[in-house]
Amino acid sequence: MHDPTDPFDAENFDINLSEISKIEGAASLEIKVRNKKIEYLKFSISEWKRFYTQAIQGKPAVAVPQLVARICGTCSNAHLLCSLKAIENAFSVMPSNQTKQLRKLLYFGLLIRDHGLHLYIFALPDIYGKNSILDFDEKDPTQKQLLEDTFEVKEVGNQLSIIVGGRSVHAPNPTLGGFFKYPLLEDLKNLIPRLIGIRSKILTLIEIFAKAPFEMKPIIQPIFSGLTSDDFSFLTGLIKNSAGKAISENEFQSYLDAVIIPYSHARGFKLNGGLMMVGAMSRLNLSKDALHPKTKSELSNYLEFFPSNNIFHNNLAQAIEILHAIDSSIDIIENLNQINNEKLPKIAPRESTGVGVIEAPRGTLYHKYNIDAQGLIKKAEIIVPTGQNQVLMERGIYEQTDKLLSEGAGREIIIQEAEKLIRAFDPCMSCASHFLKVTWK
Amino acid sequence: MIKMGDKNGKLRIGWFSFTCCEDSTIIFTELLNTRWKNWKNQLEFVHAKVLKKSPDAIPEMDIAFVEGAITGDGQEQKLKNIRQKAKYLVAIGSCAVIGSPSNQRNFFNRSQLEEISPILARFKYKEKVLKLSDVVKVDEVVPGCPMNEQIFLQIMDKYLNTLTR
Repeated sequence: MHDPTDPFDAENFDINLSEISKIEGAASLEIKVRNKKIEYLKFSISEWKRFYTQAIQGKPAVAVPQLVARICGTCSNAHLLCSLKAIENAFSVMPSNQTKQLRKLLYFGLLIRDHGLHLYIFALPDIYGKNSILDFDEKDPTQKQLLEDTFEVKEVGNQLSIIVGGRSVHAPNPTLGGFFKYPLLEDLKNLIPRLIGIRSKILTLIEIFAKAPFEMKPIIQPIFSGLTSDDFSFLTGLIKNSAGKAISENEFQSYLDAVIIPYSHARGFKLNGGLMMVGAMSRLNLSKDALHPKTKSELSNYLEFFPSNNIFHNNLAQAIEILHAIDSSIDIIENLNQINNEKLPKIAPRESTGVGVIEAPRGTLYHKYNIDAQGLIKKAEIIVPTGQNQVLMERGIYEQTDKLLSEGAGREIIIQEAEKLIRAFDPCMSCASHFLKVTWK
Repeated sequence: MIKMGDKNGKLRIGWFSFTCCEDSTIIFTELLNTRWKNWKNQLEFVHAKVLKKSPDAIPEMDIAFVEGAITGDGQEQKLKNIRQKAKYLVAIGSCAVIGSPSNQRNFFNRSQLEEISPILARFKYKEKVLKLSDVVKVDEVVPGCPMNEQIFLQIMDKYLNTLTR
């Protein structure tokens, strides 16, 4: 008999990670290895559901964006913006140009803060062989600088969201057709020097992730999918994928295949029956030419990495997106001459269906609401990025583990590499687990 | 006041998340942007999954900051364990303090409950979602969705001041 708890047995062991660290929310990983072969491997999202799509049934559609923002702390403003877009589409509300520009700024603040959290706090310690960014050696000038950069970059993104949205998490100011309270132009203008100040820090970060010696290429290349636009805005565009398909937002229902994963609290998705991936790397694979001109001209060498099928290039892609968010934000703020206290439009509830699609930091986010004549929610469906990546994530861990076993790696290495790979996907379990499949017919 | 701090004079802190959106975790990590320089010599994170790989066994600590509501039996046991290991337990954010919005299924009507019942059964959910004080003694609360930063900082300062006495 083999003892799977024997730490010196490199051929037979069990891995049971109940809580993977340095990711958003709770996920677990079980691997059973016998005679250096994987007997089974289960990656599951272990967050307990909060049933948001059921909870908003019967609620006024106009109140829904603030309710569904609570699906996720870190992606909160992405859910808010996606939900606003869906309800506005349902009620034919056209946001003004000023509102569109301010929403972009709110989003870029989120992107800088959220990618910053992932890259500095979650992923960077793996490159430096540390448990935590807080363990970085302050006597080492490089590590000391990176620790300072961590806080300064995140803080600038945080402040941009606070100025525009009133708070960086569950922003209270954005609403249907505009803002309850508009930001002060002076506050935005004052942020420009700080945005310029973090550019060089992000260039350093890009270089670090470009040089990181991590690689995992799935045996079967996934289809990369995302919402693409001419200005890489994350908020508008066509849904495109690397298999050559392009659809409008309203057609998303027939686009994805839901996959029930019995041991996971969340459902996964496939595309054309095969593996799919969304997120920063997919976006750069599909539309790097749409990045801000300044970002593109400065990063021509690093943009050559894309299209890529190395999952770890998702980190590099996120770092590049931060630079794009900085350059785009500076442009928008410089071109703002005044901010008007625009009146909010009157909303006339009617029986309708509204779809909103945006690129959340981790990938394509879909909200769909079926609304009755009184303006109350009848049904809702929300599809989040991590659900779309879940099948590929498990497949990737399997292939990587299989390769490591063939190279003679033991339990600890396999755990360490699996956690690194999971982090590269930047999953958000808080988002992933709170919905049930909806039957629309 | 119970004696606080480790041998290096640092408060031993744990940060735990149960069922919630982890918005207060984000607020907390953003507070580090401007506070870490002051806190680094005063705080020791003994368990904080968002910041570091943390031990499976819950360690002894001065303060456990706990966000989220209790949805499953395993969570209830873990919370009781945290309570035993912590000198003080602070409930962080609305879900921990009053249960909402994570407890919204407690108020579902019959048809909503029928829709979710297969999931509740398959993953052995508790019949009702609980706030922390339904399960353990809570010493302090930081309300808000996300948590109120000022109240959190006041509580943190109060405990940090115990170190200098």
